[in-house]
Amino acid sequence: MYRILAKETLTPVTKLFVIEAPEVAHKVKAGQFVILRVTEEGERIPLTVADYDRQAGTITIVVQEIGKTTKLLGTVNVGDSLASFTGPLGHPTEIENYGTTVLVGGGLGIAPIYPICRSLREAGNHVIGIIGARTKELLFWEEQMRSVTDELIVCTDDGSYVRKALVTVPLKELLESGRKVDRIWGIGPAIMMKFIALTTKPFGAKTIVSLNSIMVDGTGMCGACRVSVGGKTRFACVDGPEFDGHEVDWDLLLTRQRIYLDLEKQALEAFERELVNVKG
Amino acid sequence: MPKDKVQIPRQKMPTRSPEERRHSFEEVALGFDMDLALAEASRCLQCKKPSCIGGCPVQVRIPEFILALREGNMWGAVEALKDKNSLPAICGRVCPQETQCEIECVLGRKGEPVAIGRLERFVADWERARGMRIPELPKPTGKRIAIVGSGPAGLTAAGDLAKMGHAVEIFESLHVPGGVLMYGIPEFRLPKEVVRAEISYLESLGVVIHTNMVVGKLYTLEELLKRFDALFLGTGAGLPMLLNISGENYNGVYSANELLTRTNLMKGYLFPKWDTPVKVGEKVAVVGAGNVAMDSARCSLRLGAKEVHIVYRRSRQEVPARAEEVHHAEEEGIIFDFLTNPVEIYGNQQGWVTGIRCIRMELGEPDASGRRSPIPTEGSEFDMSMDTVVMALGTRPNPLVFTDAARLERSRHGTVVADPDTGRTKMERVWAGGDIVTGAATVISAMGAGRIAATNIDAYLKDRSGPWWPEQA
Repeated sequence: MYRILAKETLTPVTKLFVIEAPEVAHKVKAGQFVILRVTEEGERIPLTVADYDRQAGTITIVVQEIGKTTKLLGTVNVGDSLASFTGPLGHPTEIENYGTTVLVGGGLGIAPIYPICRSLREAGNHVIGIIGARTKELLFWEEQMRSVTDELIVCTDDGSYVRKALVTVPLKELLESGRKVDRIWGIGPAIMMKFIALTTKPFGAKTIVSLNSIMVDGTGMCGACRVSVGGKTRFACVDGPEFDGHEVDWDLLLTRQRIYLDLEKQALEAFERELVNVKG
Repeated sequence: MPKDKVQIPRQKMPTRSPEERRHSFEEVALGFDMDLALAEASRCLQCKKPSCIGGCPVQVRIPEFILALREGNMWGAVEALKDKNSLPAICGRVCPQETQCEIECVLGRKGEPVAIGRLERFVADWERARGMRIPELPKPTGKRIAIVGSGPAGLTAAGDLAKMGHAVEIFESLHVPGGVLMYGIPEFRLPKEVVRAEISYLESLGVVIHTNMVVGKLYTLEELLKRFDALFLGTGAGLPMLLNISGENYNGVYSANELLTRTNLMKGYLFPKWDTPVKVGEKVAVVGAGNVAMDSARCSLRLGAKEVHIVYRRSRQEVPARAEEVHHAEEEGIIFDFLTNPVEIYGNQQGWVTGIRCIRMELGEPDASGRRSPIPTEGSEFDMSMDTVVMALGTRPNPLVFTDAARLERSRHGTVVADPDTGRTKMERVWAGGDIVTGAATVISAMGAGRIAATNIDAYLKDRSGPWWPEQA
């Protein structure tokens, strides 16, 4: 079960996995997430679904290698199996024909934005994509994003590819141009989503974000993922992961994401020492 | 009353010393050896009309198993015990015997009751050490039953139905079966090896367990009904209640569920050997005084806390936790702040909790629950500095399982409406039992409900002619 059928290196720190999970693939919709464990001793990590193939019975996830678990996942090969894989979790994206939609994906956020673009386009929306990364080599899926958008704007923070800009810059220009925008999605690091929400708020443009808080069970049991939305405590796992970005208490999310920073670092360092020992 | 029976004192449970266990997740109670068990068993009066059985939610044939034990017929004791209770090694450890079987024991009127729970555990542990015997199963009935949730209610129903010859499949959302027995109750109170043994026994009866399957997300109840003849819901009460006071989202404020899940299910106490971290500061306040609160407090101590408080708005008399847990917690140095209620959690600039503001309470008139209701004393607010706060205020059923299940009637507390005599819900071919029906209660009452439902499912599958819900008659 949960066998890796394909693995691809998208950037020096980003890997893609196609996982055999026919039941999840049958049910999943854009915007939902899965929780996986790499080993029996491993932690449960949430990952938003990047793609799915109902016929082939597969789920695609894209992972950025930052901590121990994601780096460990990076060492898993085609033919290997994950210890567990649970989904689909969370509510799907609300797909309707809104008219013109703008979808902003920053860094790893490009992956979850992709199936949402596809679903929105299938529902008849005019889909404008804005994707960006810190630098050229961290950008991925440009062609794939082109296939599910009507217009695509690409930028890099350092200008090493196409336009030098943060994703919020073309987003603001678009809104200032007076074009009618009916709904916006922004997915990426919390700090980027915060600035997307701040950018769109003066325009009164409804902006949906997908919150990546710390989770354990992902089914509403533990409350680790507590976020404050519209002044109310909500659980990102069962009430979200998508919320109205203008209602989110971003500073609380950013603070809560740092709870285990020191222990995460400790785990990563131990893992890297172990890797050196194995290789050495 | 034969005099000699009364004169033998109730045998004490050997336990690890409080000093040792403050830092250890090893089981606290070590269990009787054969000599202690025989001495304790000899105290049983073998009443003609045993009242202890009536105190047990699953009516274990208590005098019978004790007699067999006393006569050295251990397999006979196992048989008498397991006839009514499929999870005795668990019940022997976590049941509140003092309010169930033991409170009914005739010996308790003048002295101390027979230590029924300790004997139950002894017999079950004896069996587990020898390998559980698989009973002969009847011819398969060809009926298929889905059990949602693998906690005490689901496991009991599964075991009973498998022994009746039905094909049983359990759907569990987490990566290991056992529910609260695995994620909630800590290793030092209920070793996970004991739970795993009970579960592998069920598997040997032919029960199929699907882990990582979240019913309500992966399958709806309607979808399962297309594939199965009957459905039992035993998903418990997994949704934590929060304090709903300012500051509850500071870093370092946990729900008891999170603290316990990280510690027990994810083995956070073995970090970094196991990957899931759990963080507990030097001073910890646990709000609430149920078993979950005791477990949270005692886990915090073992995770390195120097000072752990139980903060409870009522007094000692109203503490809902099992007496033994309170006793063990006090022995380990947990501080009890009675008649104290938090009104605010405060923190620092970095977003971490630094303390709780509390108010003193007095007890007024009895409320709906029959307990005297706590009333705040005006102007009595005071601050306690804390690094960690754990909210152990009770739980409600998790609504995930109710996705697209409009036919399933629920109370305003979010629990499922089910007939207590049959376990039937308002949704045809769907039964429910345990915390999902009662709200947070005990392992044994969930098991009792699992058993009632299993009996009724079997009867229904043999004869579907009667009305589904009594009102329709």
